[in-house]
Amino acid sequence: MDLSYSPEERAFQEEVRGWLADNLPAHIADAVRAGGELSKEMMEEWHALLNSKGWLATTWPVEFGGPGWTPVQKHIFEEECCRAYAPRIVPFGLNMLGPVLIKFGTEAQQQEVLPRILDGSDWWCQGYSEPGAGSDLASLKTHAVRDGDEYVINGQKTWTTLGQHANKIFCLVRTDPDAKPQEGISFVLVDLDTPGIEMRPIRLIEGGHEVNEVFFTDVRVPVANLVGEENKGWTIAKYLLSHERTGIAGVGFSMQALEEVKALARKVRRGAARLIDDPLFAARIAQAEIDLEAMKITNLRMLFKAQEQGAPGPETSILKIKGTVIHQELKDLARRALGPAAAPFPGHVSDGNILFGPEDAANNAARYFNNRKTSIFGGSNEIQRNILTKTMLEL
Amino acid sequence: MDFNLTDDRRMLADTLARYLGDKYTIEHRNAVAYELPCHDPAKWDEMAELGALYALASEDAGGFGGTGFDISVVFEALGRALCPEPVLAALLSSRLLTAAGADQEGLLTGAMRYAAALSELDAPYDIADVACAAEVRGDGHVLSGRKSAVYGGQVADVLLVAARLEGKVALFEVQARDAQVIGYAMIDGGGAAEVLLDDTAARLLIADASDAIEAAQNAGIVALCAEAVGAMQLAHDTTVDYMRQRKQFGVPIGKFQVLQHRAVDMLTEIEQARSITIKAAAELDGDQASRYASMAKNMIGRAARLVAEEAIQMHGGIAMTWEYPVSHYAKRLVMLDHQLGDTDYHLSRVMSGNMSA
Ligand SMILES: Cc1cc2nc3c(=O)[nH]c(=O)nc-3n(C[C@H](O)[C@H](O)[C@H](O)COP(=O)(O)OP(=O)(O)OC[C@H]3O[C@@H](n4cnc5c(N)ncnc54)[C@H](O)[C@@H]3O)c2cc1C
Repeated sequence: MDLSYSPEERAFQEEVRGWLADNLPAHIADAVRAGGELSKEMMEEWHALLNSKGWLATTWPVEFGGPGWTPVQKHIFEEECCRAYAPRIVPFGLNMLGPVLIKFGTEAQQQEVLPRILDGSDWWCQGYSEPGAGSDLASLKTHAVRDGDEYVINGQKTWTTLGQHANKIFCLVRTDPDAKPQEGISFVLVDLDTPGIEMRPIRLIEGGHEVNEVFFTDVRVPVANLVGEENKGWTIAKYLLSHERTGIAGVGFSMQALEEVKALARKVRRGAARLIDDPLFAARIAQAEIDLEAMKITNLRMLFKAQEQGAPGPETSILKIKGTVIHQELKDLARRALGPAAAPFPGHVSDGNILFGPEDAANNAARYFNNRKTSIFGGSNEIQRNILTKTMLEL
Repeated sequence: MDFNLTDDRRMLADTLARYLGDKYTIEHRNAVAYELPCHDPAKWDEMAELGALYALASEDAGGFGGTGFDISVVFEALGRALCPEPVLAALLSSRLLTAAGADQEGLLTGAMRYAAALSELDAPYDIADVACAAEVRGDGHVLSGRKSAVYGGQVADVLLVAARLEGKVALFEVQARDAQVIGYAMIDGGGAAEVLLDDTAARLLIADASDAIEAAQNAGIVALCAEAVGAMQLAHDTTVDYMRQRKQFGVPIGKFQVLQHRAVDMLTEIEQARSITIKAAAELDGDQASRYASMAKNMIGRAARLVAEEAIQMHGGIAMTWEYPVSHYAKRLVMLDHQLGDTDYHLSRVMSGNMSA
């Protein structure tokens, strides 16, 4: 047993760290550190920088423009990005649609779509969930009816993350209303400029706008936009879910959050004492740190297994469950550390002259509330437990 | 033994709950709660007319209540409606004015807004840490320093300020117009202010005010705990309703046993929270008030977070939205822990009480 990275992996880590130090723009890192919403321009700027280095499409094979990294390299890259406060990569085109097209798309689709994902010409969003189809995704109702060379789509998608920035959406739609739920679904690519599409913002708990509803009324889409076979969309959806799982434990983000909490607790005072010297709060931090230390190794063990065996197994559900809970706990601590200074509404944290709390305090409560989403989306933590139960009990 | 409310209190509870249910709907609440002044003067007057403020003070002080149960009845109704009005500010101020033997008719009629400026950035919970400085000037006093998280301060006419005078924490009255008051809306709704004092004229109310402030805060804690009980109950009711209605996999999600059990765990914690709040209310005027207030606030801190997080989780995405009321209840339930001492602060107070006993 050897827990250390190989010399090559260490060299890679140095390379990534050095590149980030030289290339990650300070205004972007500052925005990430501040914890507010990033502008579209910032995300695009960051994608473009990574693309120029060839490090953008980390999940794609070399022949399509990926860097050809091992799972451990991907992990190192993600960890270093977190350490440097680089933005998260917007996953919809790069980590979801890209791998799907590489596996299921026609050559024409690959040639047309993939380069535009890389160079930022297209911003994709994910049209899976519907008001009535969340955990039970296969019950989705948005349907596509074939009319000559076109599908005519009617229905509604919801929870579309960053749809307001997108010009394209990939959707699961029902193409056979008579088949079993999973067997009548297709995967189609839709241009958001097509007549009949309306997008409306959904405001989230903390007041931010990151998700949307998308309404489809007689939307005509070329049949050529079907990915894979008609009525075989569920296979694609399942494949995509397994890709959504790289980095699912979010260890890097939790390490970042742990450092932030410690820094805050050193800064915040309760009278003459620093908060970090309060044994009860110090115990909370230590507890979370212990959980995270174990999680780092759990994560590496599963990476190692994936590297040896190819595909990640159902145990990755453990990463999702525990990873989100640890991160949420750390966000709870950051909010808690601030005491009453956590309360100002986002955007009301200063009057322009004086700050209503210590520096870096703004947005902590908002981030805590916003992060409640991580145990709900991408297969809720209850659904993850169901997946594990099935393999464990084999009943 | 009798756990029933007296008829008077039941009537107040019902009247207030009905009024808030009709007039302070969640839509109205959300329109008021997140934009300065975070206050609806017309509704405030109506609530005062219903007796919501008079209930906070004893007859000696000009009110018709003032016990722990009077306070908890009012605040449980406010919590259920998620009312963002500065009633906590009025309660804290009323207790302080009573301790000072000062007139509070303006406060109880609702005509005057008072706020208690106790906390500071480096003294968020423990008043012994207060640094804001008072000094004698002419035949009065002046104050210098900064007070933080002054709940209701954004609309206050008068501020009751804790400041250090000759080594002791004293209480002063400051006209809000004489100070620099920077109001803000809070993430869970309602308003507060930062107050900047710079040789600001002040009238001394109590020279050694530590006990009076602690007693006022104990009353405030009973209020917050009762508010939480009201809000938790509503969050739970809503969650259970949703479990009946929301279908996934062809059945109501309430059929999934894992969710059933968690809904029961929520209920268990709410009942425990209700009990400790009753205990703290019953002890409010006794010599163990601080100990039971701390027990209550600690338990509420834990229960309210659990209820908030579970209500969101068991709803799924919908409770992450601004439009769905549970999100606002969840914010209030979590942020309550940041007022008048959090879970750890009150745990340590119970611990040190045990250690010195
Ligand atoms: C901020 C945010 C961003 C999102 N972004 C996107 C996006 O970009 N694209 C997209 O398509 N979707 C997106 N989603 C949707 C997300 O995938 C769904 O919210 C998720 O699938 C859960 O569905 P639901 O919200 O309808 O909850 P429901 O499925 O209604 O679940 C409600 C509760 O019941 C539980 N439950 C359901 N079934 C079972 C069961 N069998 N056993 C035990 N418990 C169960 C759930 O775990 C949950 O606690 C996003 C959601 C959020 C909140």
